[in-house]
Amino acid sequence: MGSASYSLYERRSKRRGITVLAILGALIVVTFIISVNTGYIRLGPLDLIRTLFGSGTDKQELILFEFRLPRIVISVLVGAGLAVSGCVMQGISRNALADPGILGINAGAGLMVMLFVAFYPATAAAPVFLLPLLSLLGAGLTALLIFTLAYKRHEGLSSTRLLLTGIAVAAGISAATIVLTLSLSPEKYQFVATWMAGSIWGSNWKFVLALLPWIFILLPFVFYKARVMNVLNLGDTTATGLGASVPREQLVLLAAAVGLAASCVSVSGGIGFVGLIGPHLARRLVGPKHQMLLPAAALVGSLLVIVSDTIGRWIIQPSEIAAGIIVAVLGAPYFLYLLARARS
Amino acid sequence: MSQHVHPLKDEAAEKSFKLRSRPWAATFLLTGGLVALVLGLGLSVSFGAKAIPLYTVWQAVFSFNPDVTEHQIIQELRLPRVLGGAMVGACFAVAGAIMQGMTRNPLADSGLLGLNAGAGFMLSLCFAFFPGLPYMYLILYSFLGAALGTAIVFGIGALARGGLTPVRLVLAGAALSALLGALSEGISLYFRTGQDLAFWYAGGVAGTKWPQLKIMFPWVAAAIVGAIVLSRSLTMLSLGEDIAKGLGQRTKLVKLVCAVIVLILAGSAVSVVGAVGFVGLIIPHLTRYLVGVDYRWIIPCSAVLGSLLVILADLAARMINPPQEIPIGALIALLGVPFFLYLARNERRSL
Repeated sequence: MGSASYSLYERRSKRRGITVLAILGALIVVTFIISVNTGYIRLGPLDLIRTLFGSGTDKQELILFEFRLPRIVISVLVGAGLAVSGCVMQGISRNALADPGILGINAGAGLMVMLFVAFYPATAAAPVFLLPLLSLLGAGLTALLIFTLAYKRHEGLSSTRLLLTGIAVAAGISAATIVLTLSLSPEKYQFVATWMAGSIWGSNWKFVLALLPWIFILLPFVFYKARVMNVLNLGDTTATGLGASVPREQLVLLAAAVGLAASCVSVSGGIGFVGLIGPHLARRLVGPKHQMLLPAAALVGSLLVIVSDTIGRWIIQPSEIAAGIIVAVLGAPYFLYLLARARS
Repeated sequence: MSQHVHPLKDEAAEKSFKLRSRPWAATFLLTGGLVALVLGLGLSVSFGAKAIPLYTVWQAVFSFNPDVTEHQIIQELRLPRVLGGAMVGACFAVAGAIMQGMTRNPLADSGLLGLNAGAGFMLSLCFAFFPGLPYMYLILYSFLGAALGTAIVFGIGALARGGLTPVRLVLAGAALSALLGALSEGISLYFRTGQDLAFWYAGGVAGTKWPQLKIMFPWVAAAIVGAIVLSRSLTMLSLGEDIAKGLGQRTKLVKLVCAVIVLILAGSAVSVVGAVGFVGLIIPHLTRYLVGVDYRWIIPCSAVLGSLLVILADLAARMINPPQEIPIGALIALLGVPFFLYLARNERRSL
């Protein structure tokens, strides 16, 4: 009887999870259509279908394939990557406040971009393809530094120490960045500030291609590890008792999270809040089991970024607001509301 | 029987308490710190773009002669700056000590209450919509912003069922900071005032003048005295909410008063010098390590050490690369990182 009702519960929660995933997917499609239609030149749903199947005008094709589509695809990928990365971080550290920013990824990438902009002569051509590489390098190096500092030979990697070290290193890097900020010329400053606020600026198929392998290798890998993450969630001792090789799994998952976040940040700039709020929202929707939670977090993240980017492009035309700002403005009040309502 | 047991227990408790609180160390630290502080003040006034001997500094303070240029430099530029630095350091350190005691979180400091974010948000509004506002008004508005941030964080914490738990305070502070930070980022990007704001974030005591000090001083003095009066209750609160309640404390009232004191201290400091973090984080830790867990000692010692740190940092910021100045907030943050890493390596408790 007990096991029967348990499996009934299981099945019900699974069905609920699949419904939620389907609804999220549908919402993404709807936002996609709206987003394509948003901008200086309108592209209605019918035009969209016509252009997609190759019978639109040249102008429509140019706008869709060269400007809007790559940007939307990047939003979707970045949102999914950051949210899943945050989900892994929260799962491993068992800390609700963990997000990719904790590992200094945004700060490291930001400092690298700042250094580059500060010391590179201002010519237009080169930076576009050098910047993502450099910010990837900065993010990776920072994460490595934090790992090394937090690692103790006999105790391995404790999540508390990892968080504290991350906060310290990120604070130091931000201080250095601020010192550099003050010496920049206003135009350069504006570029760096926009980058740090997180705007989807790399709207180009080459960036999509650069981002795709990371997402397509690391996302399935993390999904495959969902069961392991459920076990890790029970605490180090219990997980070890259940036969998980805790230190190794933690390290592998953390590396995957860093890879995801670093590659996303390199094309999108510092959209940090998605990694914090995406997993929280997903957990409220489908519960704490990672088999459902991880895909749900990916979809929620994609939806958040694509909605924010669309709003950011639409709200003060012809200028635009960075998606990272909109994400925080939309997400933070909801987060505060959840806090005010929560019981304990 | 119980009569026999009780004194024994009390004695044991007294003993362990005494072991962890070190009045002698604290007294030594207070007197030594004050002496070092006076020396530091003197040195800081005498060094600068124009080196002025200590004897002249003495004369300028105690027998001021308006005809001497050096006396004027000291009276008009250096003295307010250095005194401002000392005051601000004491403010941040005491506010941080109160926050750490109240939330029982070793990572807490005044920025957590949404103070910095609120002040920064208000400043970005001022820079965008009222450019060229006099400095006095900027200070006033950023204090208002800090108060707003604190009120929201506390309001949300208090609205929730189950009251204001430390975890909830931290979460609400983080979320509100993210929100206000994003808003001010958006505003400053749109109006292209980001770099002015960055100067404020970097922090600096260079602009401090006598009128600000005169306005600030009574409030800050009252708040520090208030903190010392409250320190006994704070020690109890730092043992845990249940224990404090069990000992007959009205914890809600104490927390509210603590928050008001933190707001006055950190709010005025933030609005005068900008978002200088880390002082409120490092100094209470250091003090606790030196004098033990009793907040009756921690708070005055924190005030002295905080002043000392900011004065020395300001001196270093001026001396490293003259005539340029390194932003003091950034300098303190860079100094704070190794300390923080050390803390992280030795942290055995979980968060």
